[in-house]
Amino acid sequence: MSEITVNGGALSLDGVAPHTTALDFLRDRGLTGAKEGCAEGECGACCVLVARPPADGSPGTEWTSVNACLISAASLADQEVVTAEGLGTPDHLHPVQREMAERGGSQCGYCTPGFVCSMAAEYYRHDRGTSPSTNGTHPAEPENGFDLHALSGNLCRCTGYRPIQDAAYALGQPPADDPFAVRRTAPAPAPRPTTLEADGAAFVRPRDLAHALELLADDGAVAVAGATDVGVEINLRGSRPALMVAVDRLDELRGLDWTGDELRIGAALSLTEIERRLAGRVPVLDELFWQFASRPIRNGATLGGNLGTGSPIGDSPPVLLALGADVVLVSPDGERRVPLADYFTGYRASVRRQGELIKEVVVPLPVAPLTAFHKIAKRRYDDISSVAVGFALDVADGIVRDAKIGLGGVAATPIRARDTEVALAGRPWTQQTVDEAAAVLATEGTPIDDQRSSARYRSAMLGQSLRKLFAESTEEVPA
Amino acid sequence: MSDLSQRPADAVVGETMPHESAALHVTGRAIYTDDLVPRTKGVLHAWPVQAPHAHARITDLRVDAAYDEPGVVRVLTADDVPGLNDSGIKHDEPIFPTEVMYHGQAVCWVLGETLEAARRGALRIEVDYEPLPALLTVKEAIAAKSFQGVMPGAGRGDVEAALAAAPHVFEGETEMAGQEQFYLETQSSLAEVDDGGQVFVQSSTQHPTETQEVVAHVLGLSSHSVTVQCLRMGGGFGGKETQANAYAAVAALGASLTGRPTRVRLTRAQDITLTGKRHGFHASWRVGFAEDGRLLALDTTLTADGGWSLDLSEPVLARAICHVDNAYWIPTVRIHGRVARTNKTSQTAFRGFGGPQGMLVIEDILGRCAPLLGVDPLDLRRRNFYAEGQETPYGQPVRQTDRAVTAWEQVMTTGDVTQRQHEIAEFNAAHPHTKRALAMTPVKFGISFNLTAFNQAGALVHVYKDGSVLINHGGTEMGQGLHTKMLQVAATALGVPLSKVRLAPTRTDKVPNTSATAASSGSDLNGAAVKHACEQINARLAEVDDGRGLPWEELVHEAYFARVPLFAAGYYRTEGLHWDASVFRGTPFKYFAYGVAAAEVEVDGFTGAYRTRRVDIVHDVGDSLSPLVDLGQIEGGFVQGAGWLTLEDLRWDTSDGEQRGRLTTQAASTYKLPSFSEMPEDFRVAMLEHAHEEGAVYGSKAVGEPPLMLAFSVREALRQACAAFGPPGVSVELPSPATPEAVYWALDAARQAAATPEPAGA
Repeated sequence: MSEITVNGGALSLDGVAPHTTALDFLRDRGLTGAKEGCAEGECGACCVLVARPPADGSPGTEWTSVNACLISAASLADQEVVTAEGLGTPDHLHPVQREMAERGGSQCGYCTPGFVCSMAAEYYRHDRGTSPSTNGTHPAEPENGFDLHALSGNLCRCTGYRPIQDAAYALGQPPADDPFAVRRTAPAPAPRPTTLEADGAAFVRPRDLAHALELLADDGAVAVAGATDVGVEINLRGSRPALMVAVDRLDELRGLDWTGDELRIGAALSLTEIERRLAGRVPVLDELFWQFASRPIRNGATLGGNLGTGSPIGDSPPVLLALGADVVLVSPDGERRVPLADYFTGYRASVRRQGELIKEVVVPLPVAPLTAFHKIAKRRYDDISSVAVGFALDVADGIVRDAKIGLGGVAATPIRARDTEVALAGRPWTQQTVDEAAAVLATEGTPIDDQRSSARYRSAMLGQSLRKLFAESTEEVPA
Repeated sequence: MSDLSQRPADAVVGETMPHESAALHVTGRAIYTDDLVPRTKGVLHAWPVQAPHAHARITDLRVDAAYDEPGVVRVLTADDVPGLNDSGIKHDEPIFPTEVMYHGQAVCWVLGETLEAARRGALRIEVDYEPLPALLTVKEAIAAKSFQGVMPGAGRGDVEAALAAAPHVFEGETEMAGQEQFYLETQSSLAEVDDGGQVFVQSSTQHPTETQEVVAHVLGLSSHSVTVQCLRMGGGFGGKETQANAYAAVAALGASLTGRPTRVRLTRAQDITLTGKRHGFHASWRVGFAEDGRLLALDTTLTADGGWSLDLSEPVLARAICHVDNAYWIPTVRIHGRVARTNKTSQTAFRGFGGPQGMLVIEDILGRCAPLLGVDPLDLRRRNFYAEGQETPYGQPVRQTDRAVTAWEQVMTTGDVTQRQHEIAEFNAAHPHTKRALAMTPVKFGISFNLTAFNQAGALVHVYKDGSVLINHGGTEMGQGLHTKMLQVAATALGVPLSKVRLAPTRTDKVPNTSATAASSGSDLNGAAVKHACEQINARLAEVDDGRGLPWEELVHEAYFARVPLFAAGYYRTEGLHWDASVFRGTPFKYFAYGVAAAEVEVDGFTGAYRTRRVDIVHDVGDSLSPLVDLGQIEGGFVQGAGWLTLEDLRWDTSDGEQRGRLTTQAASTYKLPSFSEMPEDFRVAMLEHAHEEGAVYGSKAVGEPPLMLAFSVREALRQACAAFGPPGVSVELPSPATPEAVYWALDAARQAAATPEPAGA
């Protein structure tokens, strides 16, 4: 019999349907602190804390904020969850709760439990205040080391955020006897093979990769890691997969190896794990991470998922295309390695066959000296690209030796800007070259008009992104 | 000083305190309507069938197959309605329509043992539609002369003559988008029927009385058979002033037909496609200026995009007309207004209620014309401020004009505006690809419901024998801190510590015939009513005390045994208001709330992306009842306003394809609210000092809506930053919302202007 430990007590998963979200599971059991605001992981009102191994690979446990509206309750079998109710009580407020309450961090209060959980996750980050954040995108890094991106996945419609920021920046370090701080020193619950069946559907956490591949051979099977895409399909589009196969904790998919000539990234590592483990070694990936959805999403989302769903507006493909990455696909028949540039075949379609799983992404080293990721969107935090451009240019002695440019949002798939690459290669890195190549870049792809932006703007932004890259590489641009 | 505004020395009002429910909010223990569901046995869940056409006749509706789905209990259709099949206040909103008027309109509802069962059942229902032509945009409606409701106008003087005589005359059009309320808590209701047939509806509503009335007329009952309770709302912003009613009625209908508790809770996609939003507006205008930039005349026609039914569009339009002047004296003026009927959601109240749309017109005019007049926008705005005693276009004398001046000067000084303008000029000269700008805008916002009758309120105050106090009032709590203020008012009025006073949820069987908690009026009206109730009790207790100065508990105890009633109903109506809607003249407002903001932005010339570097605000809240609450209203209102003006981008499919009329931004992933990245990086807010408001409760002023309009400063700063990419004197037309794309095209146009000869001024 499977159960989840919630706020220190066990809740049974008996009879729980595989498609039941963790949020509905908690709320049905009277834990109504976590709320549904959007059901797609955008607003964070549903955020709860899960005890996970630290994202940076260190031993112990990390309190991780996740969107309970996206993950299935079944995926939390044998795991530990803490909700806003479990952090403190009105008579004994948790330090995060006290700061939020006293500083006016809540007005209607509906988003507040989710904010409290995201803020608590950052409060308990073991290296907070000791290592500078890897992205300087928000000014005035506070003395307590609180990374505001921890709250990038939480929306508040009432306060205007200033008091919430003040609450976050006022937090000290947890006292030594804080039970949640103490809990960090013991290992996180290990994943256990699980099978849950109800309502004619099943959720299976397989024993190992071979088991997973065996299950995924089934037509109705879907591989699930952070559920940041599957969860949206279930909640908003009525998708009800017959079999969900959890791949997020399979060791075979969770490596991160930096060898002399390549970087191998496991397909089931969360983006947060990749970010923390790379620790800034690939600067263009650091430009990507903070712009990729939000912290709670990155705590679940994986490269395997981002490439597997094959969206033309995924944020990782433009960068990975520019980096010349390959995708390693695995099936019961063995492994094969495909250049990412040849991977996508059409709208949400790829060379990946039924039953085949993305195992890892391989980035050749060294990375080109001039790299950048430009994301054009309406909102800086947690938005979907109108256009995204990844650049990797080998510029030496004023000459562009090689150029790779990946584009998102301008075609049915992510694409390489081949014509522009040709227009740059071998040319001097000058304004004239850039203007000529930018004119070519603005004609790449077949952008469309939609609710995010016009086709005309998308094309214009392609050209502008190269001009901006040039300006930033040659002159001082204000931060 | 009036009795109402006089504040005792040891007042609890004015103390800084957190929201009364803050400890419950942060620990997840605050209960919202839908949180009652797991605490209630045997609840049925409702799911709508939504029409896939913007306009269509329903030729057949076949529901039988839904019952084949396990767990489906009942399908609700028009035939089930015992009373009136209508959720509107104008009786033009059928709950179960025969003609679909907008894409996504609910056709019927399925009740299931689980939400999943109801959803599956809804998929089985077959509807035949005969599609009809649909009007989507306000311009299409104008061309088709598709209007609804009254077409009011306000004016003074001979506009044609004044324009003919003006040295500078400009004309143009201004369009602005609407805004989704996006309260984090979607519409929710839970209805039950007791053994006596009494219907009890718990609803997330800003207007429990109207929800009660709509439920009653749908069920064919009298109001005394329906009780509505609102525990609290997870945000309202106007979006639950009327829009909760239909869903409360569906829940009540389900409960009365099945005898089981019935829950309606909209998903986000349902909420955003079903319910009304802030009105988009179109304005055409002609304006005349004197040589020195003073406004001489304005002729404008405002067209509100009302959507498919009237709802609150007429009063929204009225408030828009009443705010075209903002803080500026326009000697000769003519304002026409009309409401377009389009095949979209029926647009409704949203914080500001037309005021922001009216004000945007004049701010857009000033922002566009300043370069053409060769006057600094800062000077142009300041030069046109009202002077004391001048009248608004609808004939109300403007009082306290010195407050706008004081706030303006304080922002100039504390915001270091002159120095920063120099720094910005230097920065811009040194940075070809990045430009900064600073803009200042004022707000003058009229407080009171335009319709005089709504300016009344009631309260019920109980003192128990142990000295504890329970208060009820007619206002609802949506996060704005009304209940916090009412607790402070009661403690002040009774002279007891805050810990003695508790506040019970808003219920129609405690205080009847209430007005909506809207128009920023919650504290003014209900605070005065609470105070009135407390004062009646005070008077009776004073007789018992007879000068002895007994401690509170002792006095209460003695009063009980002396058979003195320890409870009282309080009542308040705002005096001095009059409004003649037929001629659009009168004194509809008790007073004006003032504020001034200065915003500095930085724009990326490559992309149009921008950030708000610093915002300085001085705002007039009178003598604050609760400073932390008021600060939250100012900051939150400002950011919400900035969201409307820069980021939030409602898009409908206006193509001629099959999806015509579909809202394409119907999720948080496509409709972006401000997040941390839109918060001003440096945010400095001060409340105007020496701001006692004569004639309002404890000298305070309303604060809910006015700060939203301070965000015009951001829009105007963006306009000026775009202009900085072009030659001096370039006039920038900036769409609203000014998304990065809109800003990019605006700055690109400014840049192009450098290459072309300047257009001749009119």
